Amino acid sequence: MIVNKLKKIAPLAVLVTGILAGTFANAADDVIKIGLAGPLTGSNAAFGEQMLKGAEAAAKAINDAGGIDGKKIEVVKGDDACEPKQAVAVANRLVDSDKVSAVIGHFCSSSTIPATEVYAEANILSITPASTNPKVTERDMKSVMRTCGRDDQQGIVAAEYMINKLKAKKVAVIHDKDTYGQGLADAAKDALNKAGVKEVLYEGLTRGEKDFNALVTKIKAAEADVVYFGGLYSEAGTLLRQLREQGSKAVFVSGDGIVSDQMVTAAGGPQFTVGVRHTFGRDPMTIAESKAVVEEFNKAGYKPEGYTLYSYASMQAIAEAMKAAKTTDGDKLADWLKKNGASTVMGKKEWDDKGDLKVSDYVIYQWDKDGKYKMEE
Amino acid sequence: MDFHILGQQLVNGLALGSIYGLIAVGYTMVYGIIGMINFAHGDVYMVSAYLTAICLAILSYFGMVSPFFLIVITLIVTVFFIALYGWSIERIAYKPLRNSPRLAPLISAIGVSLVLQNYVQVSQGAKTQAVPTILPGAFRFGTETEFIQITYIQVLLIIVSFISMAVLTYIIQKTSLGRQCRAVQQDAKMSAILGINTDRIISTVFIIGAAMAGIAGVLVTMNYGSFDFSVGFITGVKAFTAAVLGGIGSLPGAMLGGIILGMSESLFSGFVNTDYKDVFAFSLLVLVLIFRPSGLLGKPLVEKV
Repeated sequence: MIVNKLKKIAPLAVLVTGILAGTFANAADDVIKIGLAGPLTGSNAAFGEQMLKGAEAAAKAINDAGGIDGKKIEVVKGDDACEPKQAVAVANRLVDSDKVSAVIGHFCSSSTIPATEVYAEANILSITPASTNPKVTERDMKSVMRTCGRDDQQGIVAAEYMINKLKAKKVAVIHDKDTYGQGLADAAKDALNKAGVKEVLYEGLTRGEKDFNALVTKIKAAEADVVYFGGLYSEAGTLLRQLREQGSKAVFVSGDGIVSDQMVTAAGGPQFTVGVRHTFGRDPMTIAESKAVVEEFNKAGYKPEGYTLYSYASMQAIAEAMKAAKTTDGDKLADWLKKNGASTVMGKKEWDDKGDLKVSDYVIYQWDKDGKYKMEE
Repeated sequence: MDFHILGQQLVNGLALGSIYGLIAVGYTMVYGIIGMINFAHGDVYMVSAYLTAICLAILSYFGMVSPFFLIVITLIVTVFFIALYGWSIERIAYKPLRNSPRLAPLISAIGVSLVLQNYVQVSQGAKTQAVPTILPGAFRFGTETEFIQITYIQVLLIIVSFISMAVLTYIIQKTSLGRQCRAVQQDAKMSAILGINTDRIISTVFIIGAAMAGIAGVLVTMNYGSFDFSVGFITGVKAFTAAVLGGIGSLPGAMLGGIILGMSESLFSGFVNTDYKDVFAFSLLVLVLIFRPSGLLGKPLVEKV
């Protein structure tokens, strides 16, 4: 009888002790905790992985070189699965119980916008390596910054390319009804309209769904010669595959939400992604400053694509500011960065008063028949 | 309006609808016999997508290329393993709650759904997975530029959906197993007294339900080509909606509900607006339920005396 009861209690007891052990383990004082928040799980986990790999590698490099005034950086993970509600919960956890000194994140603009409210209120510096929605830095929050461009810049580059290079007459603009996707699609649409090209279709699909055949038929019926998609790779891949399956030859153009080899997987093979174009910052893997870091990554068997180096650069900027300003006060760190800039793996970066990069360098990439993307000159 | 575009949208709707129907049949089957909504059904479907990918990978490793054998063997293997899943889920999560209030198994079903999702996410990774195109090609009707297209795999999906529904209806209506199922549905205690092994019947129903999810998993995965650990949720919700629309507990109802849901999504999306297609589909559901609370083909529940 007693044995039976014990058996029932045993797993619970293990669990409770585990939790207790977890709380007591965090007492060390000679570390600086930096939060890394993004979609570590969920259908956008590939991007979360890029961010994590970049941040961890940068933390390791900084620690090996002596840390921040002798203190080691510890990366604290926060998983928001690209869901705004979870993002706020993660932000509160990072601030209240993990007591991080700065945050790199989040990924999806719809997560970054609510989560940064939490960080700004706690006066913690947060740098997003990936959220491109203009609103992120348009809210008078001093300590919110980014190492990527903005969708209004990205949309203009895409629109110019569609009009001048692709000679697009009929553009179908599709988005995923999310802050990032719709924001990007709107930016491209506005730029197209300004140049006198009226879109033939403007529709939003639902994230997580797998059947866009009805929409594809509609795109075909509108005789679009270019499809511009604002969204992420899982929907982009599925939409692209169904477009090709229904025999449409429209050029598929998208933004930085598809910069992952997962795009090829989601589409079902490089035969579908060949000829796809997307906008993204000038490849940080090709510049001189990143050479050593890229080699380091390659040695470890990881290709630092997409946002890996953006995340790496965010960590470097945080560390540089902390070293020089000798504080963890979010506003002061942000002021220092905006005044002095930071030399990162992506070259020297400088910010304006809003926290946006002074120079954004969006260029067009094209996917080849092997499922790789290359910068278009 | 062009005829070929309307036709294509009808084909899109029919294909999507039979996917919903195929999964809805599993929901309705379990509800019809035990009166319990198996919320883990969508995730069983998701697990079978992974089993499909694993099976296809093993088969192609051994150099098998014939689409016919690939599909048949994958179907058999996946359905076998997913039936095991169904059986053990019932054993672990529902059987101990046989005599508890009806809410308890509902909650444990949601628990199973979470466990399956997280288990797959941890063991297989959160990345999108893909299967190679097994059956490429399509029937095209019309001219070079204006045609109505239906892919081979869509044809297969539609046929299999209707056959599955027909076979299950036959089993329930005509066979001895079906008679026992219906007896358990009407009064579990009385049928136990009359010598029916109710536990075994309920187990069998779960195994059949999981097998249906398995068939759907194989064919739908081959149709769309990619999947991840979260595909069970949306598909599950939609299929459940289809089952309710058609009248939960009724097998032809599930199929009908699926087709109506697929058609309305496709036509609304195609000719009105994609943004609001779900709003339209669910408004339709509300309307149907206002006038027919037990769904299109469902029978009103008679209070047991």
